[in-house]
Amino acid sequence: MRISKYILGAVTAASFAGGAYAQTEIQWWHAMGGANGERVDRIAADFNASQSEYVVVPSYKGNYTETMTAAVAAFRAGEQPDIVQVFEVGTATMMAAEGAVYPVSDLMNDTNTAFDQSVYLPAVVSYYQTSEGELLSMPFNSSTPVLWYNQDAFDAAGVESVPSTWDEVNAAAQKLLDSGMTCGYSFGWQSWVMIENYGAWHNLPMGTQENGFAGIDTEFTFNNDAVVNRLQSIADSQESGIFKYGGRRGDSLSLFTSGECGMWMNSSAYYGSVKSQSEFNFGQTMLPLDTDVADAPQNSIIGGATLWVLRGKPEANYPGVAAFMNFLSTPEVQAWWHQETGYVPITTAASDLSREQGFYDENPGTDTAIRELSLNAPTPNSRGLRFGNFVQIRDVINEEMEALWAGDKTAREAMDEAVARGNALLAKFARANR
Amino acid sequence: MLKRVHFGPSLLPFLLVAPQIAVTLVFFMWPAGQALYQSFLIEDAFGFSSEFVWFENFAYLFNDKYYLASFYRTAIFSLSVAGMAMGIALVMAAMVDRIAKGVMAYQTLLIWPYAVAPVVAGALWVFMFDPTLGIFAYALNTVGYDWNHKLNGDEAMLLVVLAATWKQIAYNFLFFVAAIQSIPKSLIEAAAIDGAGPMRRFWTIIFPLITPTTFFLLVVNIVYAFFDTFGIIHAITQGGPAKATEILVYKVYNDGFIGLDLGGSAAQSVILMGIVIVITVIQFRFIERKVEY
Repeated sequence: MRISKYILGAVTAASFAGGAYAQTEIQWWHAMGGANGERVDRIAADFNASQSEYVVVPSYKGNYTETMTAAVAAFRAGEQPDIVQVFEVGTATMMAAEGAVYPVSDLMNDTNTAFDQSVYLPAVVSYYQTSEGELLSMPFNSSTPVLWYNQDAFDAAGVESVPSTWDEVNAAAQKLLDSGMTCGYSFGWQSWVMIENYGAWHNLPMGTQENGFAGIDTEFTFNNDAVVNRLQSIADSQESGIFKYGGRRGDSLSLFTSGECGMWMNSSAYYGSVKSQSEFNFGQTMLPLDTDVADAPQNSIIGGATLWVLRGKPEANYPGVAAFMNFLSTPEVQAWWHQETGYVPITTAASDLSREQGFYDENPGTDTAIRELSLNAPTPNSRGLRFGNFVQIRDVINEEMEALWAGDKTAREAMDEAVARGNALLAKFARANR
Repeated sequence: MLKRVHFGPSLLPFLLVAPQIAVTLVFFMWPAGQALYQSFLIEDAFGFSSEFVWFENFAYLFNDKYYLASFYRTAIFSLSVAGMAMGIALVMAAMVDRIAKGVMAYQTLLIWPYAVAPVVAGALWVFMFDPTLGIFAYALNTVGYDWNHKLNGDEAMLLVVLAATWKQIAYNFLFFVAAIQSIPKSLIEAAAIDGAGPMRRFWTIIFPLITPTTFFLLVVNIVYAFFDTFGIIHAITQGGPAKATEILVYKVYNDGFIGLDLGGSAAQSVILMGIVIVITVIQFRFIERKVEY
């Protein structure tokens, strides 16, 4: 009698276990913390509610670097997720891993999911396409740097028009200092804003081989006179307080939102943070033009991250992944995500929807990012970057720039050293991936 | 019944020791062997292709001036941390020994920092010294010194040394107190009767008799400074600014996990292991001679 009770109990328990396999789970690893993390969870919840076959499970893995590192380590252990959010500097590494990555175009073809690449904004999509136009990863949160400014501080200092060139930025900063502020402007993500985007905005290449799109054996060229002169002039202006360095990534946000610095150059995606943390009227405008270098701006390049699909998961997951990708690209989801976060809407339909909803009228300046990206058709210098080991190279550039701000090196020395160290890392990447 | 002086062969000792040996093999020997193997390869991040290159990774490292600078930095860092942690702990242990009332209170408060995890300790210190928000940075500002460890390499090094030392003082203090208390009181009293002052008593009686503990702590502190300070550095400066606080163990992490250069990172790891083995051997061969048991 006792034995049969145990058998009955075991059978009942086993039958409960079967119920867990009804829905296919799709693991999504991302790097969106804080408020953006809650928005990610909401997107996944909306998708899960809209159908009953698949469940998308988002997991926050840390910042972009940590998420990418976790995904690589997980892949080596056979524990990789279906979707991972990788930032743009990891593109070359992901692309080189042909056995690990499942290009989005192929995914859509293989699962017979309808997919029209033309609905995506060219400036956003071109970064992640092969030379044959095949889309490798799905754009999700793309941004571009803008010039944030403190409108109240401008009014108090008598700055009448919003600066559009570097000379005007310096003049406005001087007026801010004269009116009693201790800092004119700062910036963050300095490699992205001051070297990568500076090059694209002024149609200067950052490296050979079309910034890496045309081949893996590239070398850096960003130690050109334009960049060196501009950086040297910024470093010299630290003395009077016109420029103040505040950190490599978004650390200098508090310098702007606290009202210490009147202007700030960083990602358009700080919109949510700037809005909630600052107690003054603020605005955003396009990056300043360096009139010594070019007559008109070219276009800016995107930052942020895309969603890469990884191979090695059960076949049954991939139709769900494809359906989720399409869900992410619907105008409603993209328009909501763009308006809440300041990331760029990735489809023309989403930006049209935002316009129809009156979002840009009610919030002037929020279309700056889209305008910068689509200002002109991208040239080989302004399409984007594809350099290997770029995560470490960004750190190298950060270190050399920090040495410049600290006064330990001139801009010429810092940039030459950054190029030399960067080329060594590029050579290592080419060697490991040949 | 026969009285046996030695024990017959038995399986029990081996069984009892087996779990520890298993842990040592799985968590120490296997990863060390893996690192040794990987240091001879150049492979891509995902593990699809690997090329056996003998000692090329090592040659690359010794030609890299940043790696050699890291050696120098690590030496300064570990000597500062070990020296300061042991020195301060010894002074405090000697002073606590002379207190009559409230000894337990002092001991408890001085031992507490040991319970704080390295990363938490790092987070505490970085918050207190943050150039914009930190209380100590504010205090320094009021006397006219502009503290900014995010730009100034020397200040960053000072900060990580302070944070690492703070944690380790508690551990050393614990051992020193026990060591000093184990010295027979009669020796100290005899010296006091003969007219030796406190300083004289310390240097001629107490210090020589605690040399076993001092030697042990020296080994432990050096290993701590080389390896366990990773959490503190990662929390405070991430090796910056401009590599000012990138000690050897941090460089292993940086090149391996951020740069995804597994071969180079494994080579650095092997070299680091070699250095610590050499230091420990030197300590046992030469310094132990001076220890009086």
